[in-house]
Amino acid sequence: MEIKRERIGTGTADTGGGPVDPRKLRVNTLDSHELLRGAELLGPSQPATMDGEELERYVHERVLTTTLEKAVAWGRSNSFFPLAFGLACCAMEQFQAAGPRLDIARFGYEAFRASPRQADLIILAGRVSIKMAPIIRRLYDQMLEPKWAISMGACCSSMGVFNNYALVPSDKFMPIDVHVPGCPPRPEGLMHGILKLRAMVQDDPDAGWRERYGARGTEEIVPGA
Amino acid sequence: MSPTEQQISEYRRQEQSITLSAVGDPPPEGPHEELFTLNFGPHHPATHGVLRLLVTLQGEVVRSIKPVVGYVHTGIEKTAEDKAYWKVIPVVERMDYLSYYFNAMAFCGAVETLAEVEVPKRAQYLRVIHLELNRIASHLIWLGTSALDLGAVSIFLYCLRERELILDLFEMSSGQRMHTRYFQVGGVMEDIPVGFERKLRDFIEIMPGRADQYGAILNSNEIVLQRLRGTCPLDADTLLSLGVTGPLLRAAGNPWDLRKAAPYSSYDDFAFQIPVGTVGDNYDRFAVRLAEIYESVKIIEQALDGLPEGPHITTDRKIALPPRHELATSMEALIHHFKLVTEGFRVPPGEVYYPIESPRGELACFVRSDGSSKPARVHMRDPSFVNLQALSRMAEGSYIADMIATLAMLDPILGGIDR
Amino acid sequence: MPDATGLELLAKELRDENTVGSEAILGTLHFRARATLEVRPEANRAVLAYLRGRGYASLMSVHGVDYYPHEPRLGVHYELLDMSAVDRVTVTTRVSTDAPALDSVTPDGPDGPGWPTANHQEREVYDMFGVVFAGHPDLRRILMPEDYEGHPQRRDFPVGGEPVIFTYNEHESFGVTR
Repeated sequence: MEIKRERIGTGTADTGGGPVDPRKLRVNTLDSHELLRGAELLGPSQPATMDGEELERYVHERVLTTTLEKAVAWGRSNSFFPLAFGLACCAMEQFQAAGPRLDIARFGYEAFRASPRQADLIILAGRVSIKMAPIIRRLYDQMLEPKWAISMGACCSSMGVFNNYALVPSDKFMPIDVHVPGCPPRPEGLMHGILKLRAMVQDDPDAGWRERYGARGTEEIVPGA
Repeated sequence: MSPTEQQISEYRRQEQSITLSAVGDPPPEGPHEELFTLNFGPHHPATHGVLRLLVTLQGEVVRSIKPVVGYVHTGIEKTAEDKAYWKVIPVVERMDYLSYYFNAMAFCGAVETLAEVEVPKRAQYLRVIHLELNRIASHLIWLGTSALDLGAVSIFLYCLRERELILDLFEMSSGQRMHTRYFQVGGVMEDIPVGFERKLRDFIEIMPGRADQYGAILNSNEIVLQRLRGTCPLDADTLLSLGVTGPLLRAAGNPWDLRKAAPYSSYDDFAFQIPVGTVGDNYDRFAVRLAEIYESVKIIEQALDGLPEGPHITTDRKIALPPRHELATSMEALIHHFKLVTEGFRVPPGEVYYPIESPRGELACFVRSDGSSKPARVHMRDPSFVNLQALSRMAEGSYIADMIATLAMLDPILGGIDR
Repeated sequence: MPDATGLELLAKELRDENTVGSEAILGTLHFRARATLEVRPEANRAVLAYLRGRGYASLMSVHGVDYYPHEPRLGVHYELLDMSAVDRVTVTTRVSTDAPALDSVTPDGPDGPGWPTANHQEREVYDMFGVVFAGHPDLRRILMPEDYEGHPQRRDFPVGGEPVIFTYNEHESFGVTR
């Protein structure tokens, strides 16, 4: 194998091998002036530059601008960490949503966390009895902001099939963002609800739930003396 | 912001004043003998539902377990007293939420006994097919979540894949994947559609192979074997005194199965075996349930081969709705339809206790009727409620990890425990 | 299920048995091929112990029934099973709400061994109906919260629930925030 050595040169006085071709040096080809002048389209020695509409289109095709809130909201909405929390029959359909056919991992939500401190989405899957309601409230309080809640199924959204002494609709003790109807909702139904939440989070990047629900004044520790 | 600067709210002050009451453990005898009570709260990642265990530990050895239940109590039995018999079926189905056909079968069987309704043969065979499919689906979820507890995560996804096939079959026959209201008093709601038999035969062909795969993965997994073999055994006599039935009792060697002992719904037409264990430890419980999947496939195949022709629900128009084409021509059919839909059928007064064999043990329905169209008392004797009492006897004296494995092998369904 | 004559013979045996006594058996009922013995509340342990000796060694279920408006209101049913003969018999007792007391069959006693399976089931009957079982090792509420007042499964306890929300009373619901 023959090795051909080529002297490229560094742009100093020691040129040795002739004029330096700026395109051979990687740092030169990334020169922004060259880029904007359309050097790669028009050739290195053309004096013409792009301007106006052509420049705008050139930039639009290659550069993305956004606000910080939108970028953060996009990141948050595509990586919910649901809390591994199943109460009753809806939990079985939640498993199926995490199963191979309707794969919740396609959307990025497969990281079910056991600890509420690490989760940001609580999916109430099943009926909430009066004994369980304060515990769920405690779990919701332990979650860190920003946090969202989905009420899956008819039993926790309204009372469902059982309108009796033993159940509590989840709206009574915690703010819910999306109610998913069904008894139990199909995995596709649950997915529709989660994607609706994703759209909500992307549109409305205000993350604090107290602002969303007008709940200032319900804090446990009241600031100020 | 330091606590001295803030106002602690009333709620927080109240919370700080709560003390945990003593659990009743013996006093510690020294620094290494202290007993420590751990709360496996209602929310924990072992996916068996909202069960709370107060576990007293000495080091890592479990000394006593106190289960606290009631966190998903739904008042199903109270709600059922308020509704006509037909409307009780969906309410009662949601009790043991993995074996919904069994809940409906127990209730329908009890009402059929009270009202002296005869179920046609075809309906009985269809009921058996759906019951055994539900048994396989329930065992698949049990296997998936138990393997998840033991650390074998991929089995969970394989079992869910098979369960999707079963749920497709349920959707084909009744329109719903879970809680299908397919069993009605007197038979089944609808006859099976055209492609059902083809799809069911395809499923029967692949299911034993898939069960072989699960067995192959888990039986050669050294960790699973070490966690299951020889852990938490309990003999059959103690289990009987605790009222435990089902695969737990069969794993200990007692072959009690209501499908063979007191056959209902044409189970005596089918030839199948009862898998029985020898030692009664966790491995036997696991092996018995895995073997039951094969037996259920056999039953389904025999039922499908021998499916007789006939009506799918009783022809007694006082109990079952008439077919819709009759409503246009027959006045009596119209009146029956009206009475059944508005008021419901009346059941002669009496009390009946109807037991069947669910995937967890003896599931029975007690119905008391007072002659009206609504039941006066519906009580489901749920197997998980009774089997839970065996947990403390099984797991006392073993390690926490063995307790988790035992809880998984116990297969409790909190919906059935709490009703 | 013992047939009707078998049931009558069983009742006669129980009446002749001196731990049970002849006043203890209030009646027999053979309905839809199922056998039921109605006994006095004081004799429940004795009857169950005798039936255990007769072969009905498994207590499958202990559950309560509210017979409102017939007095005495609260019934407790014991379902017994004989595994070797595949035979079932039901033992029922009735107590009134003024004196809802029964002996618990869970613990071992001077009259014989107990039935450990009745532990949680008697707690459920206490929780739902208010029947107090004397001698039960741990009689607390099992399904309702510990400090709940009332016994939900009694017929005069209201079913409860929330009003159904339609569009005309939508403003009364709690979940509408956006």
